[in-house]
Amino acid sequence: MAKITYREALNQAMCQEMERDDRVFLMGEEVAEYNGAYKVSQGMLDKFGPRRVIDTPITELGFAGLGVGAAMAGLRPIIEFMTWNFAVLAADQIVNAAAKMKYMTGGQYDCPMVFRGAGGAAARVSSQHSQAFENWYANIPGLKVVMPSNPADAKGLLAASIRDNDTVIFIENEINYGDIGEVPEGEYIIPLGKADIKRVGKDVTLIAHSRMTGYALLAAEELAKQGIDVEVVDPRTIRPLDEATILASVAKTNRAVVIEEGWRFAGIGAEISARIMEKGFDDLDAPVARVTGKDVPMPYAANLEQYALPSVAEIVEAARVVCNRA
Amino acid sequence: MFYSLVFSISKVALAALLDARHHSPSLNHLGDSMASKKKQQDTAGMTQEGRFYSAERLHAMHDMMLYIRRFEEKAGQMYGLKKIGGFCHLCNGQEAVCVGMDEAAEPTDYMLTSYRDHGHILARGTDGVAVMAELLGREGGVVGGKGGSMHMFDKSKNFAGGNGIVGEQVPIGTGFAFASKYRDDKRVSITIMGDGGVNQGAVYESFNMAALWKLPVVFVIENNQYAMGTSLSRASAETHLYKRGISFKVPGIQVDGMDVLEVERKMTEALEHARSGQGPIIVEMMTYRYRGHSMSDPATYRTRDEVDEWRSGRDPIVRLQKQMVEAGLATEAEFKQKDKDIKKEVVAVAKAAEAQSEPELSKLWDDILTDEIPNAYPYPRQVG
Repeated sequence: MAKITYREALNQAMCQEMERDDRVFLMGEEVAEYNGAYKVSQGMLDKFGPRRVIDTPITELGFAGLGVGAAMAGLRPIIEFMTWNFAVLAADQIVNAAAKMKYMTGGQYDCPMVFRGAGGAAARVSSQHSQAFENWYANIPGLKVVMPSNPADAKGLLAASIRDNDTVIFIENEINYGDIGEVPEGEYIIPLGKADIKRVGKDVTLIAHSRMTGYALLAAEELAKQGIDVEVVDPRTIRPLDEATILASVAKTNRAVVIEEGWRFAGIGAEISARIMEKGFDDLDAPVARVTGKDVPMPYAANLEQYALPSVAEIVEAARVVCNRA
Repeated sequence: MFYSLVFSISKVALAALLDARHHSPSLNHLGDSMASKKKQQDTAGMTQEGRFYSAERLHAMHDMMLYIRRFEEKAGQMYGLKKIGGFCHLCNGQEAVCVGMDEAAEPTDYMLTSYRDHGHILARGTDGVAVMAELLGREGGVVGGKGGSMHMFDKSKNFAGGNGIVGEQVPIGTGFAFASKYRDDKRVSITIMGDGGVNQGAVYESFNMAALWKLPVVFVIENNQYAMGTSLSRASAETHLYKRGISFKVPGIQVDGMDVLEVERKMTEALEHARSGQGPIIVEMMTYRYRGHSMSDPATYRTRDEVDEWRSGRDPIVRLQKQMVEAGLATEAEFKQKDKDIKKEVVAVAKAAEAQSEPELSKLWDDILTDEIPNAYPYPRQVG
């Protein structure tokens, strides 16, 4: 297996699918001649030409809707948002059109497409550029929400999302783009809706997605030093959620902490906690704890930004609390 | 005369006619081909602005406009009886736009519109019973009772809605045009909006992309003078809506939307423009809706005189009838009889639709995802 970056893994998935299927095209701001704002689409214009790798004007609502129409007409668009903050402008097309087109048309029209781009906080880019919106989209029937936490998952999940016949909200993480990891060469598909156990343990389950998976793994190392054996579960697909893997882990450890970068209120942690309560109540030896972003817009100052985000220390502390070790 | 076939209007005859037209594209280009000259010699008809219309075709256009008018009246009546729920936007007065446009289009062209969609889908050739059944929330509705008045779709007729968010269909229609260009299949996307929708930002994003990439799309603006209760001049700084593409180098034309033949002619030109690779074009259809914005709107924002002026002075059905009588292609008595027959037909349509069952409860869960993931939550087809 080759060691490549998260961004190269995404690039491989897109190239692999575009070579395989002429219906697939990539459209977004700066994806072609600039080679991608984050260089995810590096070299794709050269490889596939301007028919299939298309620079757009800065017009999120417009090109999101254009993607919906192209998908309804039988193509398989990959619509890149430079970040998911800008996709708020396109929410009408995602929520009111793509998500319900199949239902609203009595099954006549599908919207097989991927909306993808960077989500979550980057570094020092302040309130309007540091937001986790996965809970918004995960609330909506008709959408799938996928969030890879490492390069291999990035490749396998993006390829699966492009092949999927539904609309997939694919949220990457800017901080992760440069992460290096082993990635299978050639065709590599990870089925959607499958969680992955990133670390096996017996004392407490940490459930974390995207960038927070890395934080959970760091917390697990620290907790190991303290004699707490941690299991880390990465849902990978947020909606629909592989709750069976989560519940099986909690049945084993009897304790759980849910970690997310986004805001606490009605967040992914709230949903996962509720499912553990509904389906795994008898397995619990302590209430489920949540570690989330603070309930504030993201500030710019370095110390304030760091404070607003979940930290490894907070995860360690929460795990100790649910293990009665605080 | 062979048009007497059409004369005794029935849904079957209407469908057959539409079918015939949709299966013989040459009928769509009568005015500019050798075929038209040949037809002219052995077929009754009339010529307007150099374009020949056979009697058969004129009757079909007339019958469809009248069918839409009576269908909408029936829908209004059913709404009054609380048999149709929710929102219901009728298009009485705007029939020439629906019919003239569809006359000009190829069956393979895509058509998308807003929520004022009954007339367009009927003109496109979708079965009236399926449209009425949708209004009534029945299982045989065009979208199985999932959409209602605002969400009429018929993929088999390339009719893609029926979109409920004002202006939302404009980028989507641009996407259909993108797909046409991508596949180079010469299909045009007819993307319809109103004089209200034209003020949405998404429209200008679409104009820009369509012009930039020379996409085959005809942007049709049905200017019925009112966006819900707000008159054009209260909502639009530039009230000549065909000029709205100037900044994007999208040409525009204004059309008398109360004249079905002018609509057909200008739309044919616009479609040729788009199909030939010259990019998008705007067609502003000057029209008027006789009823309120929706069924709950008494339309107190306009005067009785204004409505009467359009209704009695410019009605598209009466206009075509007069032209046809003057050309000796029909008599007033025949039109009266036709109206009776169509009214009867619409009653039968409503009855057939009403006789249908409501959708089965299990249908609630259908058509959310194509690739369901059975072992993941929310679990397909169950509550918790």
